[in-house]
Amino acid sequence: MPENSAGTLAPQPVAKPKIKPPRRLAGTLYRGREGMWSWVLHRITGVSIYFFLLVHILDTSVVRISPQAYNAVIDQYKTPIMGLGELALVIAIGYHALNGLRIILIDFWSVGARHQRLLFIIVILLWIVLVAGFAPRQISNIILEATGHPSA
Amino acid sequence: MTTETIPAPRSSYAPPKKRRVNWEKWGWLYMRISGLFLVVLIFGHLFVNLASGAGVREIDFAFIAGKYATPFWIVWDTLLLWFALIHGANGMRTIVNDYAHRVVLRRVLLTAILVSTVVLLVLGTLVIYTFDPCPANAAAGTLPTFCPVK
Ligand code: HEM
Repeated sequence: MPENSAGTLAPQPVAKPKIKPPRRLAGTLYRGREGMWSWVLHRITGVSIYFFLLVHILDTSVVRISPQAYNAVIDQYKTPIMGLGELALVIAIGYHALNGLRIILIDFWSVGARHQRLLFIIVILLWIVLVAGFAPRQISNIILEATGHPSA
Repeated sequence: MTTETIPAPRSSYAPPKKRRVNWEKWGWLYMRISGLFLVVLIFGHLFVNLASGAGVREIDFAFIAGKYATPFWIVWDTLLLWFALIHGANGMRTIVNDYAHRVVLRRVLLTAILVSTVVLLVLGTLVIYTFDPCPANAAAGTLPTFCPVK
């Protein structure tokens, strides 16, 4: 019974679309907005943390060679450039962790998907709070180390 | 003129012959469960090593020896190593599957991820469990205070 299965092509009343098109051209593949950018950032931070982790397991393993070898390696972490690297690491992990929790809430909590945008705003706010709490400590540690107040 | 027959929608597929383990599903679930553990493990790790006290400036061999004097941080670091590396490796696997379309390239990258993960898990675990706080080859002044004086 092809008549039943294919449906009719009679003109339907045109409903006003509820979802507004993006104001600016947002590409053809992804839809832009917080849904896409949260994912892009999650992916970039995930890859960055992963490569840091590979290096970090190797440098920590030097602790099995000798105390002086390990101290030489960890002293590299106390230089200003690595100090800024640690700040960048905390910024990246802070975002990835908070947005990861957002992903989990969207997937498992009945309310999550409906409020993904609000959840994203909360992620950004908590991220700012986290970085604002850590950055001053880290920057003062970088300055103290650089101005000759070596390891406590 | 021939009539086109369009099959009725929503008719069920033939059921698969045999149900296999749905590895993608378990991987998906693992990313979320390990993520919850990692929030605690990573922020605890970062707080103790980077934020509290003099931050990274207080880390040296003796600091590690102090942490590993009790099983607490040994267990913590073991969980952190395994959860984080497998989480990261599985995430990288997803990304490789997304972007590496050439079969050979994908094979090479996936193999590299697998091999590096296994090697680093073994290395890291060995380092944690064979750690010696008072090694014989230590230079003067590098050992924790609880080591016997030579
Ligand atoms: C701090 C706690 C963390 C949480 C809550 C978390 C959460 C998540 C979640 C839920 C996903 C899955 C995304 C999806 O399936 O669509 C994910 C993906 C990923 N995570 Fe994490 N993660 C954490 C830490 C880490 C760490 C330490 C690494 C690196 C070693 C890492 C690397 C990755 C990578 C590479 C991906 C794949 C990204 C993608 O497919 O776009 N994550 N994370």
